[in-house]
Amino acid sequence: MTQWRALLQPHRIVLMAIFTGLVIWCAFALRWDWVPQYAPLAVEGLWRTIWILILTSVLGFMLAIPLGLAQAVGPWYLSAPAKLFCTIIRGTPLLLQIWLLYYGLGSLFPQIPWIRGSELWPYLRQAWPYAVLALTLSYAGYEGEVMRGAFSSVNRGQLEAANAFGMPRFTMFRRIWLPQAIRNVLPTLGGETILQLKATPLVATITVVEIYSVSSRVRADTFIVYEPLLLLAVFYMMIAGLITLLFRRFEEQVPKR
Amino acid sequence: MDLILETLGLAASAELLSLNPPGWGGNLLRGLANSLQIAFGAFGFGLLIGLFGASGKLYGGVVIRDLLAIYTTVIRAVPELVLILILYYVGTDLINKASQMLGYGRVEISGVVAGIWVLGIVQGAYATEVLRGAIKAVPQGQIEAARAFGMPPFMLMRRVTIPAMMSYATPGLANLWLIATKDTALLAIVGFSELTLETRQAAASTRAYFTFFLAAGALYLIVTLFSGAVFARIEKWARRGQPSLRGAHK
Amino acid sequence: MKTKALVALGLATAMMTTGAASAEEVKIGIAAEPYPPFASLDASGTWVGWEVEVIDAICTAANLDCVITPVAWDGIIPSLTGQQIDAIMASMSITEERLKTIDFSDPYYNTPAVIVADKSMDIAPTPESLAGKIIGIQASTIHQAYANAYFGDAAEIRVYQTQDEANQDLFAGRIDATQADSIAMADFVGSDTGSCCEIKGPVANDESILGRGVGAGVRKGDDALRDSLNAGIAAVLADGTHAEITSRYFTTSIYSE
Repeated sequence: MTQWRALLQPHRIVLMAIFTGLVIWCAFALRWDWVPQYAPLAVEGLWRTIWILILTSVLGFMLAIPLGLAQAVGPWYLSAPAKLFCTIIRGTPLLLQIWLLYYGLGSLFPQIPWIRGSELWPYLRQAWPYAVLALTLSYAGYEGEVMRGAFSSVNRGQLEAANAFGMPRFTMFRRIWLPQAIRNVLPTLGGETILQLKATPLVATITVVEIYSVSSRVRADTFIVYEPLLLLAVFYMMIAGLITLLFRRFEEQVPKR
Repeated sequence: MDLILETLGLAASAELLSLNPPGWGGNLLRGLANSLQIAFGAFGFGLLIGLFGASGKLYGGVVIRDLLAIYTTVIRAVPELVLILILYYVGTDLINKASQMLGYGRVEISGVVAGIWVLGIVQGAYATEVLRGAIKAVPQGQIEAARAFGMPPFMLMRRVTIPAMMSYATPGLANLWLIATKDTALLAIVGFSELTLETRQAAASTRAYFTFFLAAGALYLIVTLFSGAVFARIEKWARRGQPSLRGAHK
Repeated sequence: MKTKALVALGLATAMMTTGAASAEEVKIGIAAEPYPPFASLDASGTWVGWEVEVIDAICTAANLDCVITPVAWDGIIPSLTGQQIDAIMASMSITEERLKTIDFSDPYYNTPAVIVADKSMDIAPTPESLAGKIIGIQASTIHQAYANAYFGDAAEIRVYQTQDEANQDLFAGRIDATQADSIAMADFVGSDTGSCCEIKGPVANDESILGRGVGAGVRKGDDALRDSLNAGIAAVLADGTHAEITSRYFTTSIYSE
C-alpha cells in the first residue's frame, strides 16, 4: 500500500506523464511496421536467450562449487589450478574467450581428419555448444571466486560440531556447509545472473541465433536502426526485472538469522 | 632462443607475433594502446559521472534522485553491447544535429572520443553506486564536524569526504577499471580498432586464429594482473592509518 | 581533357550546393573487417587492396581530400546516416532496398555472386541442390538477402559478421557452402585454406536483390558529393587508371556497362 502511495508524489506523476508521452511519441513517430513480420523470429530468439541463460547459469554454478571449495580449503595442487582458472576467466574479455573457443578450435579441425567421422561431429558443427561452453566457463570463473569467499565464511564451529557427531564428510558438506555457503551468496547471485544475461548477446558473433541477432537481422533487412535496438533494450530490462523478482522470492524463502 | 622455439614448434607463431612486419605484433600493441587509452578515458569520465551521481543520489532533490535511479537501473539491466550500439549511433547523430542547428556545422568525433563517451556513460552508472556506498560508509560525525567548523561544501568534499571514502571505494573502483579494460573489447563490434579487432584482423588475414587469440588473451591478462598489483598498493595507501580489516568481517 | 572538365563541373556543383564540401575532408567508410583482395589491413597497419587503390584514384580524379575510415560493416549504413562517415566505398552493391535509405553513385565494379563448397561435395548453385545443407553468409550483404529469399526455406542459413569467418568455417567443415562475391571467392579458393573448396558456379541472377554493381553510398540529398564521385569514377574509367589497377590484381576485367 505504501509502495503505491510513493508513486503518487507530485513529481513522480509528472515524471510518469513525461514517460508516457515519450512512449506514445515512440509508438507513433518511429517505424514499427516491421514488427509483425519478425515477431515469430523474435519469440524464437527470446526463447533461445532465456534457455542459454538458464542452462549456462546452472551448469556454471555447479562448476563453481568445486572451484570455490578447492580454493577455500583444497590442497595446493587443487587450489592453484582453480585460482589460475578464475584469474584467466576474469582477466580476459568474454568476447575474446568466445572467439578463441569457436574460431580457434575450428581452425584446428582441418588438421584432424578423423574428426569429421566422429560421433561428436554433428555437435562440433553447431555453434551453440561453443556458446554454452564459453558462457558456462565464464559464469563458473566469476562465481568460483564468490563461492570461495562463501565457503570460507561459514562458521568453523558448526563444521566441528558436525564432525564431533560423527557425521560423514559428504553429508556434512551437503547438509551444513553447502546450504550455508549458498545462503551467503544468494544476495549476489541475482546480480551475477543479470551480468550473465548481459553476456548472452556476445554469442551472436558466432552465429547463434538469439534475440540480439534477430535485431541485427531486422537492421540488415530493413535498415531500421534505432527501433529494434530500443525494443531489444526493453526486452532485456524485462528479463532483468524477472530475474530480480525471482531471486527476491528465493531470498524470502530462506530463513534469516 | 631460436633453437628453443624451433624445438617447441613455435617458430611460426613467434614469426607471426614479431613486432616488425611481416609480424603482426606491432598491430596488436597499437590496439592495446588504443584499448588502454579508451579504458582510461572511460574510467575517468565514469568516475566524474559517478561523483556527481553519488552526490545527487545522496543529497539531491527528489526529481534528481528519481532520474538517477532510472539511469543506473537501465544501464545496469541492458547489455553493454546493446548500449554501445545505441549510444554510438544515436549519440554522435544527436551531437551532430544539435551542432548543426546551432550553426556550427559538423563536429568531428574521433573513434577514441566516441568510445570514451559510450563506455564512460556505462561506467558512470556503476561508479555512482560504488561511490554512493563509499560516501555512506564515511562516519557521519566526521562530515558534521567539518560543517561545524564552517568548512565550505567544496572544501569539505576535497578535504574530508573524498579522502575518507577512498579506502571504501578502492576495491569497487579497481573492479570497475578491470571492467573498463575488458569492455573496450566490445568496441570491436562497432569497428573500432582496439586490441580485439586488431586481433581479429590479424587472425583473419593469417588464419592463425589460435595463436592470435591466445596472444591477445595474454596481453589482457598482463594488464589485469598489473592493474591488480597497482590497485593493491593504492588500497594500502588509502587505508594508511586505519586498523587492518583482515578478519574484521568474521 | 574532357574528363578534367567533368571533374571541374562536379566540383563546381559541389561548391555551389554546400559551399564547404570541397574544402572539408571526405570520410570514406570502408569495412573494418578484412575483405581481401578488395580491402584488408596488412601487418604494418595500412589498408591495401584493389578497392583502396581505386578509392585513391577516384578521389584524386575528383579532387577530393579523402580519408579512409574503417567502420564495422554491420553498422556501416547507420554510420553514414549518423554522419560518422560521408561515403561508403566498401564493395556495397546498389540495391532497391538500400536505395530506400541512401543514395548511390554510378557503379565502379560488378561481379556475379557464386556458391563455394567443398570439392568432394556435389553441389550446384540451385535451391534444390542446397536443400538440407548449411549455408554461411556475411551479415547485411546482398548474399544474406538472396540466401534468405531463395535457400532459406530448405537450407539452414548461418550469419557471420565477416566473410573471412564464413570462409574459415567452410574450411573447418562447419558449413557446407557459402555464397559470396565471385572475385573474393576466387581469391579464397586460390589460397592455402581455400584449397579444400571450389566455386560451384554463379547463382541465378535477381537484380532486385543482387543489385546492379557496386557503387559508392552517400547520404540522401548529398548530391554534391555524389556528383563529384560520379565524375571521379567516370574519369578513372576513361583514362585507364581503373583498368591499370585491375590488371595488377585480377586477370579479367571486373567492370562492365
